[in-house]
Amino acid sequence: MPSWIGPWFDYTINGIVVGNIYALLAVGLALIYGVSHLINFAHGSIYMVGAYIGWLSITRLGTPLPLTLLVIVIGCGLLGVLVERVALRPLRDAPRIAPLLSTIGVGLVLDQAVQLVFTPDPRGVPSQVSDWRLAIGGGTIGALDILIGAIGLASALLLYLFLRFTKLGWAVRATALDRDAAQQCGVDVNLVNSTVFAIAAALGGVSGLLVGMYYNNIDPNMGYHAGLKGIVAQMIGGMGNVPGAIAGSLILGLIESYGIAALGTSYRNLFAFVVMILILILKPNGIFARGRSLPPEPLTGTFIAPSAPVRLPWPVVSAAIAVAAALPLVVHNGYLLQTLGISWLYGVLAISLTLVAGTAGQISLGHAGLLAIGAYGSALLAMRSGLPVPVSVPLAGLITAGLGTLLLYPSFRLRGHYVTIATLGVGEIVTLVILNWDSLTQGPIGLSAIPPLSAFGAKAISGVWIYEIALVVLLLVAGLQHRLLTSHLGRTMRAMRDDDVAARSYGVVLDRYKALAFGMAGLSAGVAGGVLAHVYSYINHETFTSQVSLLALTMVILGGLGNIAGAVLGSVLLVGLPEVFRFAAEYRMLIYGLALLLLIRFRPQGLLGTQ
Amino acid sequence: MTPLLEIQDLTRCFGGIAAVNAVGFDVAEGELVSVIGPNGAGKTTLFNIVTGLETADEGSVRLAGRDITGLPAEKLAPLGIARTFQHGRVFGNLSVMENVLVGAHTRLEAVRPQWPLIGPVAEFALALLRPGHVVEEEQRLREDAREIISLFGERLMPRLDHPAFSLSYANRRRVEIARALAAKPRLLMMDEPTAGMNPTETLEMLEIIRALKGGSLTILLIEHKLELVMQLSDRVVVMDGGVKIAEDKPAAIAKNPKVIAAYLGHGAVGEGKSTTAEVAS
Repeated sequence: MPSWIGPWFDYTINGIVVGNIYALLAVGLALIYGVSHLINFAHGSIYMVGAYIGWLSITRLGTPLPLTLLVIVIGCGLLGVLVERVALRPLRDAPRIAPLLSTIGVGLVLDQAVQLVFTPDPRGVPSQVSDWRLAIGGGTIGALDILIGAIGLASALLLYLFLRFTKLGWAVRATALDRDAAQQCGVDVNLVNSTVFAIAAALGGVSGLLVGMYYNNIDPNMGYHAGLKGIVAQMIGGMGNVPGAIAGSLILGLIESYGIAALGTSYRNLFAFVVMILILILKPNGIFARGRSLPPEPLTGTFIAPSAPVRLPWPVVSAAIAVAAALPLVVHNGYLLQTLGISWLYGVLAISLTLVAGTAGQISLGHAGLLAIGAYGSALLAMRSGLPVPVSVPLAGLITAGLGTLLLYPSFRLRGHYVTIATLGVGEIVTLVILNWDSLTQGPIGLSAIPPLSAFGAKAISGVWIYEIALVVLLLVAGLQHRLLTSHLGRTMRAMRDDDVAARSYGVVLDRYKALAFGMAGLSAGVAGGVLAHVYSYINHETFTSQVSLLALTMVILGGLGNIAGAVLGSVLLVGLPEVFRFAAEYRMLIYGLALLLLIRFRPQGLLGTQ
Repeated sequence: MTPLLEIQDLTRCFGGIAAVNAVGFDVAEGELVSVIGPNGAGKTTLFNIVTGLETADEGSVRLAGRDITGLPAEKLAPLGIARTFQHGRVFGNLSVMENVLVGAHTRLEAVRPQWPLIGPVAEFALALLRPGHVVEEEQRLREDAREIISLFGERLMPRLDHPAFSLSYANRRRVEIARALAAKPRLLMMDEPTAGMNPTETLEMLEIIRALKGGSLTILLIEHKLELVMQLSDRVVVMDGGVKIAEDKPAAIAKNPKVIAAYLGHGAVGEGKSTTAEVAS
């Protein structure tokens, strides 16, 4: 037997095992999508909570494996019911993107809560399975591999029996087929929803523990990528299709395992996101579906709450600008000024995002990707080509405008929450390309000794300079965007957002105006990223994570979608003020998550109103 | 003379059911043709095919002799087709004025150069820099929009800057018609313009449509209020179950037994004493 078979056998086993773990996640996601047409972004966090419950149970109570699994099933099941009740049921009649954002908020809150209680440090999970391995045809299979496979099979079988032979299972299937009809026939739709969330959460939790045992390692952030993998696996098999989700999971597991074998571990997550984008574009109904038409989205799927925006009179705006510009006369702490300058740059990011998410109605969760392109662009131009910083930053803005629009172009044909998923995927891909394109980006080492900002030939490294330069950039971008919004482009983009069908019927070519919106957004985000790179002087692939994208979206929703002043207010409230008051930094992400949840529930139009 | 709109053998099936089945008729320049029929007759599907929101399985549509079958909506608008929607699709967060200005989107020429590739960039730059001719064009379109809105008098004029979501249902319908008129269309297609309007408002709408027709606009109308159809139409096309069952002058349509059967059910034919009157009421 040739010697290469052994490793490939191992890769195959590994792919199937990982696929089984994804399947436990994806099946739950498919069930939830089936009954409520919701993509549950909190699922990964529930999986993480499941791993922690299992870890606690084993290390503190010394439970044997079957009991550990039972504890997880009960604990996560209750958590699932709670999530459905608190964060989703009240949003049933809201636009579909609202519950999706709500689950993102829940996920963030869970991740941060666990991190606060158990610290971010990874924990080892004692494996409760003997570690014998069986040699088969040059490779090996361990007891844990078999256990994971068995649990996967058993769960699928139990689920099948439940859906097929119990009254509640029938109710679940009826609700998935036609919610209103089921309700009129006396099905308790709320009970069905709770049940489905409980089942999904229980499966997800078990999956979390199995992963913990497989890699002997759990940490509070393990859920984020796992949840996304579950979503991708579900998309491969077709949204809401339970057997499809299992098949999709195995396919994804194998793709990853073989991919890692061929290219290396650092590529692991890239495969999933590339597959995600390809599926969205080519086979949005999954590989088992015949057509390529998307599942129906409500015709007006945008998350714009009707409201009259607060119009700030010019004297107020001028006074606010004057106060902001004069702040360094009062504040002399250089470090504080620098941090406030950075919060202005976050304001630029929010202005950029409010254009695409608010004005053009394309809720993007990958905006940090644009920031990263700008940052790397300007840093590399300054370091490798020796361009002066005042030239490299605007140039990076232009590069980001072009490259960002090009990367997002395939998602222009998508609508509603598919846009959100696609942008999230593109954002992740940008980060992963940065991680893996060593020759350009120095990979995981990152770029250090990036030249500082400079103005008029002098280096601007003091806090005052950073503060004022950031403020000028903010005002320029805000002014530019304000002028854009008062032109025909503003009303055309808003028309496209409010009703794309009606807009098309009046000759609005959607791609053109989406491209213009993303182009402008790329320009400002790229400039913000460029300036940030020179302020930070060190950046790597983790400088602009998906948490930054999420923070930007929270700022934008807080201020009011599409509202420029609102975006700036959002950045002041969420980044600037906490910095000034030295507000406990470890609670900050938790507060962002809660803010997002509460806003979507109680004030979707934000503080200053949508525009 | 070639008719402005020629519809031939249009067929569209949804899962084996023909929503529109081999329907064909013409609309001449300056004519007002109404399409009537019971709910589910396929009228709106027909409209959606003609306006490029759906594609036909078979058949063709020609506008002024040019084959426009299968062209998407955004390419039909510049050719002079404007429409209103059955359930009202105003841009909720845009003001009345802005809604009507979006209707004039295809008339933006100075600011919307149709150059390949760099067109969008030029549009962006022109929108930011706003040279004289761009400002002038915007000004002209605004005046024009105001004039169109003034057709609806006190209903809309005091609400120019109100967001459309705050308007009454009837006023949203008016905004839609104003938006369609702002496109200066060759063919205006209205899908139930008086739906949800009371008798007084319906009468107002009738006068407005009559005035539009007098202004030699070509109009294709879907309407359920037969009184209005009978008064306004040059010709009436009747659909039932996806098929065209009659096409004639209004007076003849009112007497057509097939039409009466479609509206009142087949059992009613011959039993009713004044079926014609019932159809027309």
